[in-house]
Amino acid sequence: MSENLKKTPLNQDHYDLGATMVDFGGWDMPVQYTGILDEHKAVREKCGLFDVSHMGEIWITGKDSTAFINYLVSSDISPMVGGQIKYGVLMMPTGKAVDDLLVYKYTDTKYLLVVNASNTDKDHSWILEQKGSFDVEIDNQSANMGEIAIQGPLAVSILQKLTETNLESIKYYYYTEGKVDGIDAIISRTGYTGEDGFEVYVAADKTSQVWNAILKAGAEDIIPCGLGARDTLRFEAKMPLYGHELSDKISPLETGLGKFVELDTKGDFIGKEALAKEKAEGRKRKIVGIEMVGRGVARDHFPVKKDGVLVGEITSGSYAPTLGKNLGLAIVPVELKIDDVVTVEIRGKDIEAKIVKTPFYKRG
Amino acid sequence: MENLRFTKNHEWVRLEGNKGVVGISDYAQHAMGDVVFVELPELDAVFKQDDNIATIESVKAVSDVYSPVSGKVVEVNTDLEDEPAAINEDPYNKGWVFTLELEDASQLDSLMSSSEYEEFIKK
Repeated sequence: MSENLKKTPLNQDHYDLGATMVDFGGWDMPVQYTGILDEHKAVREKCGLFDVSHMGEIWITGKDSTAFINYLVSSDISPMVGGQIKYGVLMMPTGKAVDDLLVYKYTDTKYLLVVNASNTDKDHSWILEQKGSFDVEIDNQSANMGEIAIQGPLAVSILQKLTETNLESIKYYYYTEGKVDGIDAIISRTGYTGEDGFEVYVAADKTSQVWNAILKAGAEDIIPCGLGARDTLRFEAKMPLYGHELSDKISPLETGLGKFVELDTKGDFIGKEALAKEKAEGRKRKIVGIEMVGRGVARDHFPVKKDGVLVGEITSGSYAPTLGKNLGLAIVPVELKIDDVVTVEIRGKDIEAKIVKTPFYKRG
Repeated sequence: MENLRFTKNHEWVRLEGNKGVVGISDYAQHAMGDVVFVELPELDAVFKQDDNIATIESVKAVSDVYSPVSGKVVEVNTDLEDEPAAINEDPYNKGWVFTLELEDASQLDSLMSSSEYEEFIKK
């Protein structure tokens, strides 16, 4: 089964660790090792290690790099300084999203874009198509770079054992170049779990060495975590997942990413007109949190009703391990508010639920 | 284990008089991962062999449970509503899901013995 799937540099390590492997958007990836609940808890309380080498890395270099990226994404990257990271949405002219990404600034003429795994080829083609007369080089280095996420309250102390870089001095959404276990690395204070931690980028052929060094350094305090826990962790923290809370049908304003839609501070960009119109008229839909009141687990795409009338659907739904509740994110009309009673249709039955505040979880 | 019969869909059934206690196999619970929710059948509901009778959900997966034999639901394990993890921890005892009054005990003959099932899951 795994023969036609793409493999990260850690593929053999996952099999050696006894992971349950799945086809994730064409990649042979670990969904869990010991169990999603164990792994989720480890990240909230101690530390977890994730292989995210499937993420795409695209370098943008050249004289017009800043202007070009500003033309592609919803957020304004012009105030960024070297070493800073900013979240952005890669926009379609319709005001909806091609993908979401992280922009790493080196200099005004050099940036790294980190994009979602299953969108890498689509994004790369899209970016090439938009190049026009911009003086830039676009270099997809995804196959040559590995990425490991170390997440949880003990992430700093564990990773510090392997590097001379002062990790505490790296602020949230900043990065630095340094060495981890003697290997050249980009050390980025970012993550997708709602906890403190780092994402470490290294050459593909050194990824296994760094992965194993971190596991060894963390000893009893760290466990490898799969994509299952990655999803439940980001879900509790209400971090959007492309294809769910943000998509070619859901605009960043609907997602609740207004802060990353910077219409006033920069010039023209793809989707600006549609976003400006949506903002002026007021968004019609929004992403909200839903808590099941009746018995049932809300799952992706389940219909959401208000007074028996279909009003929206679940975009992500799961048992939330830290909260011990069945929760969901849903796209619904903007009129719905906290504590409103709705129902979620689960296997043909309308089960009671209510709108609740998000994020479901925020670290203390 | 010796007195259990298994289906290809990984349910087990244990004959007790004219009743059959039903659950899912250790192999199935392991493949599914941490169980977080169980939807039990209604008491007195009548099901045919292979009907969808219950649903077990893990964090990531939703799995249908099919009735291994035809019969009427006479008992359900309501403990699972508060402790669904019993299916992971003890799938053949505390993790039982429901009990059927059998319509035709000879249907059990069509199911696998534990040794046949062991062979089946190796494939």
